[in-house]
Amino acid sequence: MELLEYGFMQRALLASLMVGLVAPAVGVFLVQRRLSLLGDGLGHVALTGVGVGVLTSSAPVGTALVAAVLGAVLIELVRARGRTSGDVALAVLFYGGIAGGVVLLSLAPRGQATNLDAYLFGAITTTTAADVAVFGVITVVVLGVVWLLGQRLYAVSDDEEYARAVGLPVLPLNTVLAALVASTVVLSMRVVGLLLISALMILPSAVAQLVGRSFRTTLYLACAIGVVVSVSGTAGSYYTGTPSGGTIVLLAIALFLAVTAAVALRDATARRRHGRRVVVHAAHPHEHGTGCGHRAVPHGDHVDYDHDGHLHAPHRTDSGVHYDEHTDEHTGDPVGTPPAGRTERA
Amino acid sequence: MNDPALRLAGATIGYGDVAIVRDADLTVRRGEAVAVLGSNGSGKTTLSRGVLGLATVLGGTVEVLGAPVGRLRERGRVGYVPQRHTVSGAMPATVREVVTVGRLPRLGLFRRPGPRDRAAVAEAVAAVGLADRLEDPVASLSGGQQRRVLVARALAAEPELLIMDEPTAGVDAASQAALAGVLARVSAGGTTLVVVTHETGPLAGVLTRAVVVDSGLLTYDGPLAGAGAPAGPDCHHPAEAAGRPARGYSLDQPRPAPDAVRVRDGSR
Repeated sequence: MELLEYGFMQRALLASLMVGLVAPAVGVFLVQRRLSLLGDGLGHVALTGVGVGVLTSSAPVGTALVAAVLGAVLIELVRARGRTSGDVALAVLFYGGIAGGVVLLSLAPRGQATNLDAYLFGAITTTTAADVAVFGVITVVVLGVVWLLGQRLYAVSDDEEYARAVGLPVLPLNTVLAALVASTVVLSMRVVGLLLISALMILPSAVAQLVGRSFRTTLYLACAIGVVVSVSGTAGSYYTGTPSGGTIVLLAIALFLAVTAAVALRDATARRRHGRRVVVHAAHPHEHGTGCGHRAVPHGDHVDYDHDGHLHAPHRTDSGVHYDEHTDEHTGDPVGTPPAGRTERA
Repeated sequence: MNDPALRLAGATIGYGDVAIVRDADLTVRRGEAVAVLGSNGSGKTTLSRGVLGLATVLGGTVEVLGAPVGRLRERGRVGYVPQRHTVSGAMPATVREVVTVGRLPRLGLFRRPGPRDRAAVAEAVAAVGLADRLEDPVASLSGGQQRRVLVARALAAEPELLIMDEPTAGVDAASQAALAGVLARVSAGGTTLVVVTHETGPLAGVLTRAVVVDSGLLTYDGPLAGAGAPAGPDCHHPAEAAGRPARGYSLDQPRPAPDAVRVRDGSR
């Protein structure tokens, strides 16, 4: 493969592999916590860190990491206070971060690498060997923490109130998650850029969430999707001459739309089949209940009603109650009522 | 172990600096099964949230399993079923994954669930009658079944004190009966039950003692039978039966409309 002959492309592909793996591994917890845009905000904050790094001639990756982690901790403390002004505080932090970065970068002496675009939208081919080493450390640390604390992070992201009531350390865990997000932001800076980082955390999770059955498989699937779009987007950008960040994100969005359409199609087909089953009594004259004249047949967690020789299973919807015909799992035919006296069906 | 499961002395509980439950005295012994009754906005949910450390104790004493509520080291000994109809997570999760969360407080920060924990999870799921759904996504379950998953999550902790907020609200009759069966077994096993509810009907066989909260004050504490049948917003007030007029309005005046007080409902 031609693109593997260049050192800068090797480093670029290695970086995109790590980003593709790590960003969704952290992103699933953000989606679960309904805090999808936290990564976006921390990307803004990281830009100030980049500005400080460029201005002081230290490595921007290091200073960005420090700024983003500090910002993350600050955000969690503001959130924990639970005041309505927290929203405003976040806005100040986020926009202060990006404004600070822009101003600091403009102050940098001429001749420095102050290309703002490179930080905002990624410039993967500028990844140095030292960057790759730092990214490698961040990758190992982030994946290690997720492996170690994943179940606790899931618990807190899923139901914070319950976690607090049963004594899980909610604030420390939330802070750890925010620090993981900050680290991921810095890791992704070269590949997709600070403005597009959130996309790589959220979109693979959004795709995986449509097809996953368990949280664990959804997490693995999100990571796999992340690696595929990240590496193929980077490789593709080499041939098309387009920026890697935008290419990766557009690929992820295309995948999201395709999977959404496929799932919608599957659900619509299932609904049509369901509709055929319900059509026997489209307009049901009454709601079944005690004393409606139809024999009640307990069935698992609900009660079916014997209606002219077939079973009605109540099914509540927003528009009221309708009744499914109970169908045989193998033939799809409506199931007849059990003989009187035998009330529980297997 | 001889500490009461719950001891409130002159307890004032609220949010921020707003007191919602005032000057509450209540002692629940180990193994008791207590209903906390009251209409919407009465403060009954706030009372339970104070015990769980989710609302602020503004004054007086709240002790849980012998420790002040803020300093209870092993909250894992307390089980909690929130007032929620569904498991809410945005990401898919199986019944096993949700219920396993109930075990985590017992494991400290880093320990992974072992065979003993997996057995407790399977047992809790079986207790609520969902053993065959253990590996199914929670989203594929009905509302009543999802509520039972939340009950199983609390049971998996093998709690000494189990606090439930409106476990029967919006649940069909069959699920209510199943829940009553589960609670009867848990109670027989020695677990202390505190059930916040506005209808005791489905659980009348399990709960023996009732506490009535009205406008933030405890107005009745005694046998469930004496608390009068279901303490909904529109019915006969149990304080009458206890021979004590409820504070804030006399029996001749109409009760305040539930909507008027609902703004302070602690169900957040």
